[in-house]
Amino acid sequence: MSWIDIGALEEIAPRGARVVKTAFGCVAVFRTETDEVFAVSDRCPHKGGPLSDGIVHGNKVTCPLHNWVFSLETGEAQGADEGQVPTYAARVEAGRILLDATQLQARAVA
Amino acid sequence: MKQKLVVIGAGMASGRVLERLFEAEPDAYEVTLFNAEPRGNYNRIMLSPVLSGDKTYEEIVTHDDDWYAENGVTCRFGEHVVGIDRNRKVVIGEKGEVAYDKLLLGTGSAPFIIPVPGKDLPGVITYRDLDDTEKMIEAAAKGGKAVVIGGGLLGLEAAAGLKERGMDVTVLHLMGHLMERQLDPSAGYLLRKDLEGRGITVMTQASTSAILGEDKVEAVLLEDKTVLEADLVVMAVGIRPETRLATDAALEVARGVEVNAQMITSDPDILAVGECVEFDGQLFGLVAPLYDQANVVAQTLLAEPAAFVPKELSTKLKVTGCDLFSAGDFAEGEGREDIVFRDPARGVYKRLVLEGDTLVGAVMYGDTADGSWFFGLIKDGTDISEMRETLIFGPGFQGGAQADPLAAVAALADDAEICGCNGICKGDIVAAIQDGATDLGAVRATTKASGSCGTCTGLVEQVLAVTLGDDFVMPAAQPVCGCTDLTHEDVRRLIKAQELKSMPAVWQELGWKSSDGCHVCRPALNYYLLADWPVEYIDDPQSRFINERKHANIQKDGTYSVVPRMWGGMTTPDELRAIADAAEKYNVPTVHVTGGQRIDLLGVKGEDLPDIWADLNKAGMVSGHAYSKGLRTVKTCVGKDHCRFGTQDSTGLGIQLEKALWGSWTPHKVKLAVSGCPRNCAEATCKDIGVICVDSGYQISVAGAAGMDVKETESLTDVATEKEALEIVMAMMQIYRENAKYLDRIYKWVGKVGLDWVKEQVVDDLENRAALVERFLLSQSVYQKDPWAEHVAERAETYRPIANLTLEAAE
Ligand code: SRM
Ligand SMILES: Cc1cc2nc3c(=O)[nH]c(=O)nc-3n(C[C@H](O)[C@H](O)[C@H](O)COP(=O)(O)OP(=O)(O)OC[C@H]3O[C@@H](n4cnc5c(N)ncnc54)[C@H](O)[C@@H]3O)c2cc1C
Ligand code: SF4
Ligand code: FES
Repeated sequence: MSWIDIGALEEIAPRGARVVKTAFGCVAVFRTETDEVFAVSDRCPHKGGPLSDGIVHGNKVTCPLHNWVFSLETGEAQGADEGQVPTYAARVEAGRILLDATQLQARAVA
Repeated sequence: MKQKLVVIGAGMASGRVLERLFEAEPDAYEVTLFNAEPRGNYNRIMLSPVLSGDKTYEEIVTHDDDWYAENGVTCRFGEHVVGIDRNRKVVIGEKGEVAYDKLLLGTGSAPFIIPVPGKDLPGVITYRDLDDTEKMIEAAAKGGKAVVIGGGLLGLEAAAGLKERGMDVTVLHLMGHLMERQLDPSAGYLLRKDLEGRGITVMTQASTSAILGEDKVEAVLLEDKTVLEADLVVMAVGIRPETRLATDAALEVARGVEVNAQMITSDPDILAVGECVEFDGQLFGLVAPLYDQANVVAQTLLAEPAAFVPKELSTKLKVTGCDLFSAGDFAEGEGREDIVFRDPARGVYKRLVLEGDTLVGAVMYGDTADGSWFFGLIKDGTDISEMRETLIFGPGFQGGAQADPLAAVAALADDAEICGCNGICKGDIVAAIQDGATDLGAVRATTKASGSCGTCTGLVEQVLAVTLGDDFVMPAAQPVCGCTDLTHEDVRRLIKAQELKSMPAVWQELGWKSSDGCHVCRPALNYYLLADWPVEYIDDPQSRFINERKHANIQKDGTYSVVPRMWGGMTTPDELRAIADAAEKYNVPTVHVTGGQRIDLLGVKGEDLPDIWADLNKAGMVSGHAYSKGLRTVKTCVGKDHCRFGTQDSTGLGIQLEKALWGSWTPHKVKLAVSGCPRNCAEATCKDIGVICVDSGYQISVAGAAGMDVKETESLTDVATEKEALEIVMAMMQIYRENAKYLDRIYKWVGKVGLDWVKEQVVDDLENRAALVERFLLSQSVYQKDPWAEHVAERAETYRPIANLTLEAAE
């Protein structure tokens, strides 16, 4: 893995998200109430809703367009809905948010 | 021959090293011990009991003069080490050099001082050693006001001690809840409540901008311009490893002095231990890991193999009566699952975090008896699959009590108001039940509770259930969401009756089943709290739907629409020009004249929002809140200025109404219209609130609809003057704001409580009308501001990507 620093944890509100632009589209980076970070694709598999604009509760997010709920850990749709959003490795070190560059590039090639 | 060991710092970590060393091989080393403090080793963590007066300094000394003498330690207390010469292998003290074969750094940490003006004034102190403690005790003897900056472990222990000694104490904390590193918001809420219960004032999200005073501290100035008088200021905002000597000696230093698992620094003859070290990117601020390090240091010094392994930590607060415990990692994470237990009546909150079949974290408040048992399960990684169902009840109680859905009502005090309309408290209802009123009808007949607007019916039924037990069968009611068994109406009444003013307060006192709610309950709670406590509650954007968080309407392709206000449907050539310019500049694909008499710019990119708003602001326009559960539009017709039938200035009244009501948040959206005569060109009779002008004045009607339902308004009252019309409308807004269920439009809500009740409150009872208007205006004094301007000024950055990796790829 090669980690890239994308910004400070403080730049994302608790229970909030910001996007990272990549060559293949936006990745939504979430910060939970308890300061965990998760990165998933910003496109809802239902109809492309921007997940970064959803409400974050626990380690889940609710899509702003039609309220599908996704696990930020696995990317899986919860409850009756079926779908999966790609997830990416993310972590916080010394107050900085790090994403796995190799994974992001792998996706770009795929 | 004995080797020479020099130790810098007589702290808790190095003290433990020496104990271990002398126990194992008393003759291996000849020790010289430097300490900047003019005393030997004492139990630093017991300074808080010294501060509160429960212990004396003598009681917390760990190594006295005899001990040092017996072990042949040369003590150089009260002497700072000023340098290390690694070439000559000598340590330079203020009073002379000492040669070493092995050197141990145990310099601990230095308190962090926030760099604000006034930080050096006399009366501003930190909390680290005995001298600080004595200064606090001395200051407290004079009484007066103390401000403690920092709501972590140290700050709160200082606050409790100073309070115990009779000072008037305020704690300022930058984050949203106390001890955020160790506690989650729910536990933080209970801690705050306990501290407040003992008379300590707690202010969260409080950022200090300066400490004021001439030749000693007099006050603390906050960023929001609040000034707090202070005779003493304690800074307890964190610590920083004391690494100056190591840095000067060119040892490898990151945030702390870097060591390997043998506790050896980048120089093989120099070891380090305690809070000054950094191991594997980690710093240490509690004694448990320092003691583990100390054992390793002693072994390394004796050339025995040993390796330091950081373990899970647990935290307790040494403030009597604040019973908290946290251990392990209770953050949400990959494959993790929460078990939450709340007992509102006893003020108990427990949360366990599971990962697969093991427990990885625990936070508890109020009842921490099982803390060490849970901590053991965490450290040992015990498989808990067998006891999962009952785990939260602890080792002694594997029987399994179910959380009681009526707990919140059972916990209510007798003087908690259940029926707001008639001022009936829980105690009145219980008394009536005990006198034989055993069903809703009888309670209503004897007490009037739930006999007016009826929104407290659910609660009255719950009081019946709690009082009568199995003799009363609760009708099934629709709870807010899966996080609670209570209905919206119950939650609203309980927020008022129990004066719940934060989201964690609601979760805890009403026994929420999740740790931080969900997308269904959070927006509703956020609304209820801000409507009931406009001054105390701080709006939580993260609990709002995206439209209200970003102040624009999200569209199906993820772009947004922007609708500036056009007061009463009026505009000017300048405004139109500014809108046209903005539409061109930001490539707005669609410009539409809305059904609400204004102009919608559709298809704006999220990251352009702050810029387009700034442009529209410059032309004098503010947000039209076209996205809000709040005031939308006040449509008007041209009225008597132009129209041959117009009776009053309908446009003017519409503008006045919009200017009075804009910015207010409501349970659902609110739309008004004012027509100049009964021909009703503004369609006032299908709005939430409509005004028809007539020769004799203004006919005000409410509860219309023209969306999914179409419904004509019903007459509320007729008034003679604009002033009265404004009052009635504001009172109507407020009664709706205070009572309706989230997402009920006015017509739905009036359908539930009855128009007669609304008339009584808003029209007939003049005193009540005035009180409603007053509360509306209070709320407006907080919330009536243009969110666009605010976001442009303060949070424009959050609308943009946090990083752009496409640029890097291109490079
Ligand atoms: C822009 C506008 C249509 C237009 O171009 O004219 C509009 C657009 C939307 N309306 Fe509307 N409504 C608009 C006037 C109306 C009107 C007419 C009026 O206000 O006089 C009505 C009927 C009157 C009423 O509200 O009772 C109306 C009844 C609704 C409803 C049904 C409400 C109901 O309680 O039955 C919804 C759905 C909802 O709110 O839950 C809705 C929801 C919406 C939303 C917000 C749908 C959504 O949630 O995304 C649309 C946003 C489009 C966008 O992306 O910007 N819109 N909508 C109008 C904006 C008015 C303004 O200037 O603010
Ligand atoms: C009020 C208070 C309450 C606490 N409560 C708890 C608790 O409940 N639980 C818990 O686990 N931890 C608690 N702690 C933290 C705990 O006390 C520390 O983690 C521990 O004391 C650190 O030990 P140390 O040996 O690294 O440093 P210290 O104990 O700070 O010792 C370092 C010593 O080095 C000396 N020194 C520094 N530089 C020089 C120099 N150049 N020359 C000579 N001497 C020097 C200093 O004067 C100091 O005496 C508390 C701390 C405080 C202040
Ligand atoms: S009528 Fe329906 S489609 Fe048209 S704007 Fe209103 S909500 Fe959207
Ligand atoms: S686009 Fe996300 S739920 Fe429909």
